[in-house]
Amino acid sequence: MSSTAALAPSAKKAAALSVHGLGKRFGDRAAFADVSFEIGYGEVFGFLGPNGAGKTTTVRTLGTLLAPTAGSATVAGIPLAPENGVEIRRRIAIMPELPGLYLRLTVTENLECFADLYDVPDPRGRIERALRAVNLSDRADDACGALSKGLRQRVALARALLSEPEVLFLDEPTSGLDPVATRDVHELITELGRSGVTIFLTTHRLEEAERLCDRVGILNTTLRTVGTPDELRDELFAKTLTVRTLAPLEQPSEVFAGLPAVEGWREDGAGSYVLSVSDPEAAAPALTRALVSASADVLSISESRHSLEDVYLELIRETEGARGAWS
Amino acid sequence: MSGRRVMAIVRKELRDYRRNRNTVVTMALIPAIFLVQPLVAILSLPASASVPLSHKHELLYMLAIPALVPSVIAAASIVTERERGTLEPVLTTPIRREEFLLAKALASLVPSVVISYAVYGIFVGVIELTAHAGVAPALLHVPEVIAQLIFTPLIASFSIWVGIAISTRVSDVRAAQQLSVLGNLPLVALTTLISQNVVHPALGLALGLGATLLVIDRLGWRIVSAMFDRERLITGTR
Repeated sequence: MSSTAALAPSAKKAAALSVHGLGKRFGDRAAFADVSFEIGYGEVFGFLGPNGAGKTTTVRTLGTLLAPTAGSATVAGIPLAPENGVEIRRRIAIMPELPGLYLRLTVTENLECFADLYDVPDPRGRIERALRAVNLSDRADDACGALSKGLRQRVALARALLSEPEVLFLDEPTSGLDPVATRDVHELITELGRSGVTIFLTTHRLEEAERLCDRVGILNTTLRTVGTPDELRDELFAKTLTVRTLAPLEQPSEVFAGLPAVEGWREDGAGSYVLSVSDPEAAAPALTRALVSASADVLSISESRHSLEDVYLELIRETEGARGAWS
Repeated sequence: MSGRRVMAIVRKELRDYRRNRNTVVTMALIPAIFLVQPLVAILSLPASASVPLSHKHELLYMLAIPALVPSVIAAASIVTERERGTLEPVLTTPIRREEFLLAKALASLVPSVVISYAVYGIFVGVIELTAHAGVAPALLHVPEVIAQLIFTPLIASFSIWVGIAISTRVSDVRAAQQLSVLGNLPLVALTTLISQNVVHPALGLALGLGATLLVIDRLGWRIVSAMFDRERLITGTR
């Protein structure tokens, strides 16, 4: 991964998160190692990786719960150091994977406790705003133990919003939620991103990351790559156009030869051809004209689009392959 | 030190106790069971026993109550939060470990002192009302009542720091509570020796013991704060 790829393109002032060679070991085991990236203020950054990749440990380290064993970082402009723990925690909020609510207390009582812990001014107003943000105003007096998992997750999100953090860490915020609750959380994250909150989102859900995040980083103990989903697709996969015709072309090499932006082609079954292209928008019109000139009965011409899942699986496969080669 | 953060945890804990009657019942039940035998023994004493009783200090035995009452909740205070996953969200806030532990100790101290005084009051009241003539005045000495009032919070604080210290190091609530009771046995043994006149109760001993407990209680906060390891509590490693 190039160092420039890890820099936030939207960073206008000092980065909200700046991480250099950060690592954490538990004895002989590296939870994560040599992680470097920068995230600009107002950016929604997705942190992806398989189970045990070190995502949660990274969040806990940046959140000052764990001390790093290597590297350095600044969080919300403050250097990550034991003496700065309180100041960093004042400026950030972490929503852990498990909501961790006091179940015998009401929603409001839970939030009152955290409003005081964050020393927020006008706690009543903040609590009302946070509850409105997660659509829970009508459940304010309910005991948290009486709420569904999705509603508890929303309370945890409201709790994380209380302090109006500069950087919000969300660790698997939609884990175990049904589709409706997931959609609600997605909408809230989108709104928070629009309002300028820097969001560091760890998730297993690749479609979630693709939909919500400006950039993503893929971690598998070490950081495999950082970039926008489009950049990662371009980095890993050749762009292709797929042509389907009613009958196989008689001389496909003559049809496809010399077309602008076409780098090569292969047959993919009867009447199906996959062309690698450098620029699909330049290649497609010329390709269409060539097929019409050859009197081909064209069924479709489509651009193949790899999903973030393809990128993710390819990178994880590469990592596992490298580990296998070393073992 | 932020009083607001400390009180946030104290209020939360007290609300939680109010809604979890099992905790309060267990806290009151332990001393109640502990006192059944002495109460039966005292109530069965004849009036003629009042003369030899007036030279004894049986009621100092009651100083064991504040040692036992808080051990249940103090020992559960950290490990329960860890088990329920509520510890991590709290530790991600700006609260300092000293504030968090002080809040936990205060939240354990308040109900413990209230229950200890209540149990003592009920015990004394029952003796006053139902013991044979002359037994109650022979048992109840004003200096011992004063000692009970003064030493209850000091002994409870000691017991609380022992309980919290254990709670920060073990990963199972029941183990924490059992160890905490064991940890307080030396104090129970001392109060028993005093009540049985093996260690003679005197003003000097009371002052010395009071000063020692004050110092230990103050040191307990520091020692337990040093033992409080966020990393270990969050990850279970180290």
